[in-house]
Amino acid sequence: MSEQSKNPSKPGRPATELVRPDYWQHDVVPGGDHRELNTLNLGPTHPATHGIFQNVLTMDGEYIQSAQQTIGYIHRAFEKLAERRPFYQITTLTDRLNYCSSPINNMGWHMTVEKLCGIELPKRVEYMRVVVMELSRIADHIICNSVIGVDTGALTGFTYVFQWREKLYDIFEEICGARLTTNMGRIGGFERNFSEKAWTMIRAFVAEFPKALKEFENLLVRNRIFMDRTINCGPFPADRALAYGFTGPNLRACGVDYDVRVMDPYSSYQDFDFIIPVGQNGDTYDRFMVREREMWESLSIIRQALEKLDKMPDKKTFRAEVPTWVLPPKEEVYNEMEALIWHFKIVMGETDVPVGEVYHCVEGGNGELGFYLVSDGGRTPARLHFRRPCYIYYQAYPEMIKGTMLSDAILTMSSMNVIAGELDA
Amino acid sequence: MPAFATKADRDQLVIDRLTATFGDKVLAHERQYDLLCLTVRKDAIHEVFAFLKDQLDFNFLTTLCGMHYAERDALGLVAHLHSFRNGHRIRVKTETPLKDPVFPTFTDLWPTSNWMEREAFDFFGIRFTGHPDLRRILNMEDFPAFPLRKDYPLEDPTREDKDDSFFGR
Repeated sequence: MSEQSKNPSKPGRPATELVRPDYWQHDVVPGGDHRELNTLNLGPTHPATHGIFQNVLTMDGEYIQSAQQTIGYIHRAFEKLAERRPFYQITTLTDRLNYCSSPINNMGWHMTVEKLCGIELPKRVEYMRVVVMELSRIADHIICNSVIGVDTGALTGFTYVFQWREKLYDIFEEICGARLTTNMGRIGGFERNFSEKAWTMIRAFVAEFPKALKEFENLLVRNRIFMDRTINCGPFPADRALAYGFTGPNLRACGVDYDVRVMDPYSSYQDFDFIIPVGQNGDTYDRFMVREREMWESLSIIRQALEKLDKMPDKKTFRAEVPTWVLPPKEEVYNEMEALIWHFKIVMGETDVPVGEVYHCVEGGNGELGFYLVSDGGRTPARLHFRRPCYIYYQAYPEMIKGTMLSDAILTMSSMNVIAGELDA
Repeated sequence: MPAFATKADRDQLVIDRLTATFGDKVLAHERQYDLLCLTVRKDAIHEVFAFLKDQLDFNFLTTLCGMHYAERDALGLVAHLHSFRNGHRIRVKTETPLKDPVFPTFTDLWPTSNWMEREAFDFFGIRFTGHPDLRRILNMEDFPAFPLRKDYPLEDPTREDKDDSFFGR
């Protein structure tokens, strides 16, 4: 570890790899007058960066000397907007953070408000949430991993697993009516029970996806070209990763077994049996492999959850008994006074909330997604701060790519899974 | 501290160690929901963070965000610290008058605080002395205001069609 931290950009370079040109042989002294540095503008819109980020790179030939980052191109002031919205309307803002795994964000937010209001959920609802969150983790990770393939030149895997993401989005559509920005669930549970069709689709996915995932792995995991390309590409030592606030697969790829689902279990994750995959060098290959393993673990968690749900006699509960938060059924609204009052009060954001501060975090697709909510008892939060994992770990990017080649920098970025929506909030 | 210590034991240990070292510079401590929340005087905040990091194993800075307390004309900082070894989180708060929005930087303790401080500067106008690169980060560079302060209107204040003052809050 101490050896690595002295030179974080190049720990353990294998002997077979191309070595840097030696300036001494070419009569050019590093830092001397003959050295020519170029400035390369990578971004703001560049097909290889999968989002809008600008990096002004100082290049020494093919090698990156330093990077100046500019972010904020799609900043939408969610924290300010949240101060004018009732609690249930903030769910739509969380959709647009990490839009590859919106349901995790939605449910993280619901759990934050539930923690503030002291709402306890029935086990069935918590397991349903676990199913949806793990499905969206798979949706997040297959995109990231297949895009790593694309950036190494293997487009096939991407087009192949993309249809499986479509199937996941079909499931989300069946559950909540939307595909990408899901706005799924409500504070206190779900808006409706999962339909029979949704359960069938989930079971079909869990049964059929492993075969496709295995094929995808066969394509890349022991592929010599892919391994040569990704091993030791953008490595990062664990101590630097912790200092930079890494969480999620990027931290686990460095060898730190931190997972919010295990460290601070929420939504009954303590009832499930799964492992936290960890890597060793924190390079692109490790990040790829950690995400790969996590998908298998997610499948196992979904299977366990389905099993537990099957054993439950209750097939009807889809929300906690909180009339102050969950809209009553329409026929009651039209026919009963009480239901009409609640409907009106909920829609206008007139539900009473306690004064207090909560911090709640969930394991999002990219790491610890935290919500720091300050309530003054009003209809909107007094302050809401999102801990966006992308925003926090993307600042380590210049340090990660220093001394590497440009094409490695592209790979490093795509393997970090920097999502513009989460970065800029 | 034994590994099986409860959360309350750990909280108590943090309170005891901090009050023994810093005395009345730790202004208040309370338990809010599942977190111990400490309020620290502004002039001791850097020492307290260094102490928490080095002596009490809070190795991980989870969040650092700005606050605006409009009712008492103050700006604040709220940090969530996490000790991976003990599985323990705490919240540390500090405040400064609006006229003097300056804190020391924490980038020497945690490099990750770099962008968090830039965000606090961008949105609240909190300045951090010693910060290596204190510029706006998400807003454009010539943005004329600090938008998350409470006196900054969310929408054009001359608009009447979106007034929701009917509802009394």
